Amino acid sequence: MSYEAKFRVWRGDAGEGELRDYTVEVNEGEVVLDIIHRLQATQAPDLAVRWNCKAGKCGSCSAEINGMPRLMCMTRMSTFAPDETVTVTPVRTFPVIRDLVTDVSFNYEKARRIPSFDPGDTKPGEFRMQQEDVERSQEFRKCIECFLCNNVCHVIRDHEENKPSFAGPRYLMRIAELEMHPADTADRRAIAQEDHGLGFCNITKCCTEVCPEHIKITDNALIPMKERVVGRRYDPVVWLGSKLGIVKKGQDTPSA
Amino acid sequence: MSEIERHAYDVVVIGAGGAGLRAAIEARMQGKKTAVISKSLFGKAHTVMAEGGAAAAMGNVNPNDNWQVHFRDTMRGGKFLNNWRMAELHAKEAPDRVWELEAWGALFDRTKDGKISQRNFGGHEYPRLAHVGDRTGLELIRTLQQKVVALQQEDHAEFGDYEARIKVWAETTVTRLLKDGDRICGAFAYVRETGRFVVFEAPAVVLATGGIGKAFKVTSNSWEYTGDGHALALLAGATLLNMEFVQFHPTGMVWPPSVKGILVTESVRGDRGILKNSEGERFMFRYIPEVFKDKYATTPEEADRWYDDPDNNRRPPELLPRDEVARAINAEVKEGRGSPHGGVFLTVVDRMPGGAEEIKRRLPSMYHQFKELADVDITTEPMEVGPTCHYVMGGVEVDPDTAAALVPGLFAAGEVAGGMHGSNRLGGNSLTDLLVFGRRAGLGAAEYVDSLDARPAVTEEAVEAAAAEALAPLERKGGENPYAVHAELQQTMNDLVGIIRTEEELKRALEALDKLRERVGNVSVEPVAVNDGRGYHPGWHLALDLRNMLLVSEAIARAALERQESRGGHTRDDYPQMSAEWRKVNLVVRLAGDPGDPRVELKRQPMEPMRDDLLGLFETDELKKYLTAEELPAEVGAAAGDESEEGDR
Repeated sequence: MSYEAKFRVWRGDAGEGELRDYTVEVNEGEVVLDIIHRLQATQAPDLAVRWNCKAGKCGSCSAEINGMPRLMCMTRMSTFAPDETVTVTPVRTFPVIRDLVTDVSFNYEKARRIPSFDPGDTKPGEFRMQQEDVERSQEFRKCIECFLCNNVCHVIRDHEENKPSFAGPRYLMRIAELEMHPADTADRRAIAQEDHGLGFCNITKCCTEVCPEHIKITDNALIPMKERVVGRRYDPVVWLGSKLGIVKKGQDTPSA
Repeated sequence: MSEIERHAYDVVVIGAGGAGLRAAIEARMQGKKTAVISKSLFGKAHTVMAEGGAAAAMGNVNPNDNWQVHFRDTMRGGKFLNNWRMAELHAKEAPDRVWELEAWGALFDRTKDGKISQRNFGGHEYPRLAHVGDRTGLELIRTLQQKVVALQQEDHAEFGDYEARIKVWAETTVTRLLKDGDRICGAFAYVRETGRFVVFEAPAVVLATGGIGKAFKVTSNSWEYTGDGHALALLAGATLLNMEFVQFHPTGMVWPPSVKGILVTESVRGDRGILKNSEGERFMFRYIPEVFKDKYATTPEEADRWYDDPDNNRRPPELLPRDEVARAINAEVKEGRGSPHGGVFLTVVDRMPGGAEEIKRRLPSMYHQFKELADVDITTEPMEVGPTCHYVMGGVEVDPDTAAALVPGLFAAGEVAGGMHGSNRLGGNSLTDLLVFGRRAGLGAAEYVDSLDARPAVTEEAVEAAAAEALAPLERKGGENPYAVHAELQQTMNDLVGIIRTEEELKRALEALDKLRERVGNVSVEPVAVNDGRGYHPGWHLALDLRNMLLVSEAIARAALERQESRGGHTRDDYPQMSAEWRKVNLVVRLAGDPGDPRVELKRQPMEPMRDDLLGLFETDELKKYLTAEELPAEVGAAAGDESEEGDR
């Protein structure tokens, strides 16, 4: 069942690099990450690749395979024809460290700026929440932080200049997750728009398309978040209510 | 070597999984300047792989549950070899640790009245596992990760620096613990991205490095699980406890070959999944051991009634502790009743009232895992599963209350620590183990730092020696490929120190490991083409990890040869019985001999007798199955007299 596959793998570092050709054995049931590992073990012991679980659960082995952002561990070789050349390149939105490994610190910096969960006065053991109420945020907490959504998002993929003012789908979804958390008391609607660039998103759904966890990022997180922001700012009933003091709203929570 | 950078902390935590992050959070909340050293990126640790849940006797689903019942289940699961004080602390504190996660933002599945839902699992008398579908480990790691970020935000508000009091060193690997005299003074590490060396100066180090699975060929463990903490502890003069006990999870994927070993969660069985052989027989009924006879159903009818009416029926035998199920599957395959790819069948088809939709809702990760990796639709087809190396019960010998190892300043928590789980860990007890003892280790380390008069110092010589050791594979020329040596080590452990062991094979394993030691000492790698040749160099990393895997492999094989009985995660074909005499014995290993070429040395250490109030939680008839006559409570010990020897047969 095994055959020799043609692979083109990007080799290089932050300075420069090139696509290099390899011919490498493929066996039944294998995934792209298996082939990269075989290259390491037999032909290129210094080939840099980031991976951990090899089961689609940790989100470490993100790369672009024939131009498509994917997890290498979840891309089966059987999806390619045996004579097809498989091209593997690092994700494009983040700077290359070496070969297939990129510097994803952008994501960790964005994570730090979003105000954390705030349970107010509720004490441990006292939380009471219904399943249907936690399910919305639970969907977003399936996120394995592979950062493929941030990688594919055109707002920053081809626009380095937008990075300071745009958190990317991953962290706009994190804001949505906290906003929909039944026990959270903070209000992140203003900062979603002002600090984290929710308005940049023009719902092309590229993020949803590449999500290996099949989270409906655009439909279930970003669009409802946009509605919440709009509702707070422009709903005339809310506006009038707040002027008359009938609608009481929490303070806007500033970015951390 | 003077260019090596140094960073000073109060507490350095090695490992950023559940135990490491919980320890770091605690140390930081005690006001200590804390570093977390993570072999991979922040939030990627092996804890994310945990599926089933976190066992804590909250009593949300069955109010009869309490810490005493949980304690009993844990001791039974570990076949009474557990450090009973750890099992007690764990059972008592687990609910608080789970509730605390909820206050930090975790979103567990709910009961109808809005509390944290709890599910059934092997060996647990009541539904006890707090869970989020089948991705509980991810929820745990993400919650702890976000708590670390919350603390960093506090520090940013106060000091203008997120990392003022807690910093995560991502993709950084420790290769040596450093000592000043007999006590810990820091750690030596390399940063993966650049290969540059870093010295951490710290009076207290917490090991939270997880397990050793990568020493075996078929494993559910990720690449990080190379026994680093076990080996670092040995090299620093600490001891390891009961290393012979390795858990083979009964249900790993067996096909396709490239995913062989990947875990199939026990929740599949907790949620009505059953095991069948190639003849279509639900075979587990034939494998209920004597000690569990009265607790498990004897017919499929009774077993199936249990899911809805657990008070009036006994449990299905698919939910026996993991060691029992793994051995049963092993036996079925050996006797020719296996599945096409050398496992058995695990099926949920037509087992759930809500049909395919309920399967997808209850087991979403499993549905995707099989669909995407094996092209199997678990709502219409059975899964093929077989045992996979999953967890090491053995680990660093620690004080139960403070998690302190024998070396002053060294602490250990989570899988790298030994004792808590005895000879076999119950599913669900790991996640709460991480939280309970992670917190205690962070606290223990903070208190230790407070008790010191003066901080220990890191000498230049120690740093130079550690750097020379780390550079050796790059400076050696024409040596062996580390990947080839690793593959042979894994094959050796799988073939000779696996799920069923014999004296003859273990002796062969030790000979083979002896030869491998020379080869490990002779691996070489070429520098990469950029900078100083050490940036993101996987071959070099593996060359350094090999030292650790070899040391733990020797420890496991030596202890396995010594223990002449079968118990939990140690099955001897030549000594198939459990022995009450052996139960009183802990096997402890340390390094001895020439420090340049040390050897694993083993000694027997008596087990401390269980406290009377804890003994009193068990029926005497049950105690007789495990304990010698002298160990039984005084009033029954005399009466038991001559029959006790038969008790465990």
